[in-house]
Amino acid sequence: MASQPHTLQHHFEDLEQQFESSSLGMWTFLVTEILFFGGLFTGYLVYRTRFPEAFHLGSSLLDVQLGAVNTAVLICSSLTMALAVYWAQKGDKNKIVLFLSLTIALGAVFLGIKAVEYSHKFHHHLLPGNGFTFEGPFSDQVRIFISFYFTMTGMHAFHMIIGIGLMIYLIVRARQGWYSSEYNTPVEMVGLYWHFVDIVWIYLFPLLYLIGRH
Amino acid sequence: MSRHIVPARVYFLIFLALLVLTGTTVWVAFLDLGVMNNVVALGIATLKAMLVVLYFMHMRYSSKLNWIYLAAGFLFLVILLSFTMSDMLTRNLISVPQAWSSLQ
Repeated sequence: MASQPHTLQHHFEDLEQQFESSSLGMWTFLVTEILFFGGLFTGYLVYRTRFPEAFHLGSSLLDVQLGAVNTAVLICSSLTMALAVYWAQKGDKNKIVLFLSLTIALGAVFLGIKAVEYSHKFHHHLLPGNGFTFEGPFSDQVRIFISFYFTMTGMHAFHMIIGIGLMIYLIVRARQGWYSSEYNTPVEMVGLYWHFVDIVWIYLFPLLYLIGRH
Repeated sequence: MSRHIVPARVYFLIFLALLVLTGTTVWVAFLDLGVMNNVVALGIATLKAMLVVLYFMHMRYSSKLNWIYLAAGFLFLVILLSFTMSDMLTRNLISVPQAWSSLQ
């Protein structure tokens, strides 16, 4: 533990205060993220109240099974992330690396399933744009639903790719012995980010996959 | 450091609760409850989000200042949604004046 200048920055009183500052900063960022996704959810709500039948039709084009499996995968990845933070607080370097690797693997499984779903949509000409074809009523409004589907799940997947990048950085640093029971703030902050991305999916899943199923 | 370490057992319990709630929301979606389908789906999603925020994200053990930040974010989300919808849902209540409709 001899020379670790990155543990306590000189402008903080102690590690406690340094951690509280990081935590508050991260929550501030997450609040901006809530409002970023909030804008997408508001747009979704506006169009769904306007074209409810078309949104139910559009939802029935999505695969509930794949969506439900992906929800479970993401919840598992949140558990492994929580355990990575737990072992960071205990200062166990190997377990941090293990659980971050598991989280990355589960995140990759989620993105893989997402890619399968996207390719199904491509093959059925459901990608919004000039090639869009939907044999059924409300074709134009169903396209609006599919546009929301691609935008919202796409932004969500983009956030996950960034999260995976951050975890790769954490693994490199953890292997270099940067994190201990005294200093593990970066692991906790990336954990907050990952759980936030999980929460976005918790809302996306019922709003996109489960409407008009009965 | 005097920070609270959440026992691993709590994480597993929350994890199980989240899986059960996910199963419940899929099951309920296939029942016909009318408008209540939306209420139940969003209620379960919000319950899941609260479990994640309180335990996985340690909000239950965080400083009051973090609580205020999260509450402020949530307040502005509610303003965004409610002001937009109060406009969208009431447009048809106001009839267009005669002189305007002749312009259309």
